[in-house]
Amino acid sequence: MPSPTNENGETEVRVISAPGVLGSGFRTESIERGMSMNPHFIGCDAGSTDPGPFYLGSGKTAFSYHSVKSDMHALITATREAGIPLLIGSCGTAGGRPHLAVMRQIVTEIAKEEELSFKLAIIQAEQEKEYLLERLGAGAVTPLGDLELTAETIQRSERIVGMMGEEPYLKALDEGADVVIAGRSSDCAIFAGLPVRLGVDPGIAWHAAKILECGGAAAVSRPAPDSMYAVLRSDHFEMEPLGLDMRCSAQSVAAHSLYETADPYKLIESSGTLDLTEAKYEEISDRRVRVSGGKYLPAARYTVKLEGAELAGYQSVVIGGIRDPFIIRQIDDWQARLKERVDTRVQKVYGRDADGYVFNIRVFGRDAVMGPLEPVKEITSHEVGLVMEVTAASQEIATGIVSLARHQALHLPIPEWRGFITGVACLYSPAYLERGAVYRFNCNSVVEPRDPYEMFPIEYVDIG
Amino acid sequence: MAKLVDLVRLIRSKNAGPFELTFDFMFDDADNFERVRKSGVLNAELISRLYDVPIEKVQFYEVPPALAFKATIPRPFIQGDIFDGDNHGGQQYAPLIDIKVDEQPV
Repeated sequence: MPSPTNENGETEVRVISAPGVLGSGFRTESIERGMSMNPHFIGCDAGSTDPGPFYLGSGKTAFSYHSVKSDMHALITATREAGIPLLIGSCGTAGGRPHLAVMRQIVTEIAKEEELSFKLAIIQAEQEKEYLLERLGAGAVTPLGDLELTAETIQRSERIVGMMGEEPYLKALDEGADVVIAGRSSDCAIFAGLPVRLGVDPGIAWHAAKILECGGAAAVSRPAPDSMYAVLRSDHFEMEPLGLDMRCSAQSVAAHSLYETADPYKLIESSGTLDLTEAKYEEISDRRVRVSGGKYLPAARYTVKLEGAELAGYQSVVIGGIRDPFIIRQIDDWQARLKERVDTRVQKVYGRDADGYVFNIRVFGRDAVMGPLEPVKEITSHEVGLVMEVTAASQEIATGIVSLARHQALHLPIPEWRGFITGVACLYSPAYLERGAVYRFNCNSVVEPRDPYEMFPIEYVDIG
Repeated sequence: MAKLVDLVRLIRSKNAGPFELTFDFMFDDADNFERVRKSGVLNAELISRLYDVPIEKVQFYEVPPALAFKATIPRPFIQGDIFDGDNHGGQQYAPLIDIKVDEQPV
């Protein structure tokens, strides 16, 4: 790794973030350009809750094996050639055990293909239920909102991950890791830990990290997913996109603190809170912005955010449409009558086996997007889209119920027509789509561990 | 009387984690940002009313360096849960487009 002191004797840490999410791709020439700046490390965030609860619940990844491998190939070869660390956080979207297993296989394959040898650290973030139950019993779990974490919630979760801070990364680097693949992490911790260790002020480092974790997203416009470059010094940092057709402005960098956060001035991390109230943004070239004034206030107690998902059931849907103006103008009533008929039939056919099933009808053209918050009450379209969705205890029951709902919907009488009608246009044969297991996020709490490491065990593998 | 949509660069909504929904109002032009700020039309009370959320649960921020306003509310449904219709929370801003901004000297 290069020295963290520049020719003027000042602290200087250079960082590449590539790209905002691993698997989305970036331009090879941007990474080459970044490597010519002699960076101290490359970091990358590989996960998010934004794709929804399915990935945490099922253990699957949102980006394909090949997309992730393609990005990882470029990052591993570049960092190994330069002899600098590569830190990847929140592997495989949700950062649980199965997600990390996929990443481990990708790294191993790349190393074999390229005949590389290095020390790989694998940091787990999936939590044992016994551990969480013990912490809950010790009063070390605090909810962040209205949703309480109970012992029952922990027991019925498919998977709960902890969001690690910077400490496990630093420990892995201290113990000689060249490449770190980590489970669920604070996006910022991937980028903030090492610069702080090398002498950058924590307020500067965490602010830079907040912007770096989204790759090129803080540029004025981002024509394609790409990489970001930052130089961190003792009392400020500078940032510019690595794509030469992109630029940062003071406003674009300041505005990035808004993205996907609740509070644009305060960002809560395990080890402290980033306070941007006094942050200053200054354009020092047509592409580069200098930022100062961020403060990092150490936490009074160290907490780790938990993310959990549980099975919500098995789902089947029927997609269709209605063009009949008489049905459209009575769609609320039509829907109520359909639900009643379906329920009567379900009770007769399935009895107790259907307990807890949910039949949800989404009417596109009315309020499918905003639901009860939709302020427009009148339907002005000549047709409406219909998604009939059943969630039940098994796939077979879900499909059975949605199939009888389809039949009931097709022929539901309305007073305007006398005789047997077919009132829904079904899109497919079979009309149903089986969506498999569906999950729900069930945890919005933090836990207080005994130390920043106990939840995140590290395994080392000598590759090659 | 101008509409908010004629003064902003971007109005967007997005998840802020699975349990919160956040709205950003982003301007290109400091005059337009100031005009909306001085009009006072964008505030927690407006968000509370339009999104049927108790006002104490609305976070509202002015962010001058970004020429932006921000509001955050609890999600109407947890992201991706059975009755949620917008997994990314990206299409919840439409009621904000037609907000009227009083003419005021800047």
